[in-house]
Amino acid sequence: MLNYAIRRLLIAVPTLLLISLIVFALLKLAPGDPLANMPLTIPPEVRERMRVALGVNKPLIVQYLLWLKQFFVVEPAHAFDMLFGTHFSAGMQRIISWQTRSPVFDIIAQRLPQTLWVVGLAYVVGTLLALPIGVLSAYKQYSIFDQAGTFLSMVGLAVPPFFSGVLVILVFAVYLGWFPSIYNTNLVVDSWSSFGEQVRQMVMPVMVLAVQTTAQISRYLRSSMLDNLGQDYVRTARSKGMGESVVVLVHVLRNSMIPVITVIALGLPAIFGGAIVTEQIFKVNGIGQLLITAIYANDIPMVQTLTFIFAILIVVFNLVADLLYGVLDPRIRYD
Amino acid sequence: MTDLSGSKDPKAVAEALAAATLAADPVAGAELTAFAAPSRNQWWDVWDQFKVHKGALTGAAVFFIIFVGVVFGPYVWRISPTYIDFMAMSAGPSWSHPFGTDPLGRDLLARMMSGGRISIAVGMTAMIISIFLGTLVGVVAGFFRKLDGPLMRLTDLFLALPVLPLLLVMVMLFRQALANVLGVNMGIFVLIVSAIGVTSWMRTARIVRGEVLALKEREFVLASRSIGTPPRRIIMRHVLPNVMSPIMVSATLGIATAIITESVLSFLGLGFPPDFPTWGRLLYDGIEYMQDYPELVLWPGIAISLTVLSVNYIGDGLRDALDPRLRR
Repeated sequence: MLNYAIRRLLIAVPTLLLISLIVFALLKLAPGDPLANMPLTIPPEVRERMRVALGVNKPLIVQYLLWLKQFFVVEPAHAFDMLFGTHFSAGMQRIISWQTRSPVFDIIAQRLPQTLWVVGLAYVVGTLLALPIGVLSAYKQYSIFDQAGTFLSMVGLAVPPFFSGVLVILVFAVYLGWFPSIYNTNLVVDSWSSFGEQVRQMVMPVMVLAVQTTAQISRYLRSSMLDNLGQDYVRTARSKGMGESVVVLVHVLRNSMIPVITVIALGLPAIFGGAIVTEQIFKVNGIGQLLITAIYANDIPMVQTLTFIFAILIVVFNLVADLLYGVLDPRIRYD
Repeated sequence: MTDLSGSKDPKAVAEALAAATLAADPVAGAELTAFAAPSRNQWWDVWDQFKVHKGALTGAAVFFIIFVGVVFGPYVWRISPTYIDFMAMSAGPSWSHPFGTDPLGRDLLARMMSGGRISIAVGMTAMIISIFLGTLVGVVAGFFRKLDGPLMRLTDLFLALPVLPLLLVMVMLFRQALANVLGVNMGIFVLIVSAIGVTSWMRTARIVRGEVLALKEREFVLASRSIGTPPRRIIMRHVLPNVMSPIMVSATLGIATAIITESVLSFLGLGFPPDFPTWGRLLYDGIEYMQDYPELVLWPGIAISLTVLSVNYIGDGLRDALDPRLRR
């Protein structure tokens, strides 16, 4: 197991390096001038000096290695300094956003809480909803509940978030007026009324995102439960005289959760990536929205860093899912 | 015993044989009669199984109606999607405009049909690219052991790419360049279709590789290899026909994913331009007027959801129908 984990980690390193190279090359290949938005009155020699300051005049390979150094050495050192008050990163150049001229990671740190709150909560809600639905529709296979659940999850997967989000705004914000349609990030929760406000503005985005999670996970859990319900150990448990709830909720559910947990783990990177579309609809200024604005503004360091962070998260959680599978299911042996 | 040596038709031979055996031994004869029943194309069996799946049948009907509607609709409903009717701006549904008009007075039914054409064309073309790439990688990786490792690493690499951000970046960066070469509309079509295709082939490749690995060990492949068939012909004649089922299922589901991806891009303003709108773009354009004219958002949204839902149901039904273990 440890061997396998180490081997997977070793494979992950070149994978990530390759991805970083792809992301870097894609952005560099593209036409687009970081100084395009500067006034045309700037004289050419000043323009040239600005290019030097941004570091875009160096050879590509130097730019790439510099970016890697900034990403893997300077930024962690800076984070360490912030935490422990040391001065390792003093004088080192951090990754600077072309858009705001402030360090990319500072902006990400500002945006991350909103994304984690909204998207993370939606994931938790969606998963918690999916568990009873999946269990019930497997236990009562082909019942009305199962049919309805299957149909609703098909609908949940088919209705894209930009449509369900708009529908929800139309119904709950415009016609009924229950919830605000725009997420207010400046809201400080310090009293019960502001807490209520916060809850009200989170309801709609969480609802839209949770529907997708619920639809996906309940379907996985249903088929996994169905696989397990027909197994011999279930008959054994029943014939020993165990109560039906113990058989289903303890024996079958525990075994059925193994593949589902890995599916849940695989969905986690999406939380950090933010829901680009949903954040855009409800004006949540999280990571997804940050990426979109950076793309619009041609802010290459920001786009590069964010995309690469997403890639790291995907690789890491893939690894976590595989290892979890091995830990949870003793039948799986990695050699 | 009937003389069969002159007969070339296998069916006649089988029937005659069955009749002869039936006379001698009724039990064995009955089995043979079953064999002698008119040989059926395997696709009839698939269709029989597909018909049992109510959801899939409904899905197929709905998708067929939408497809026919957007392809042949413009020949029946002859208002141009760009014609501006100043007398009917933001009009509700009426006989002259069954879906109403947008704030510029353009007929929504005509716009929905032309948008649907592009949306479905994007879905189909992207699916074809993705299936082609996936099948190619899957078959090559499964068949040639030397290439298996590198190709599967490549697949893993693509699976680890954050797809939506990369798609957005690709569209943002290369839109202008391609538009200069191919013209605005064609450029964006080619860009979006190839971007979606290139980032969505990995699942197909994995499924196909698994199937090919299993097929390669079967006797008929061994037999054809032992008579010296070159790999290319083994793949075309023996391997590909046998991996058709999983490919068809993932092709169907691929249309749905591609339509959704395209509409997400259009919705974020990085897809098709407003004068060449898809359903996603129509929805995006409608959001501005959503409070006063919700139908601007509803029609395209319903169209996308219905198409995706029906295609997903078709895929579900196909998966059941193509799996001989589930056949009754």
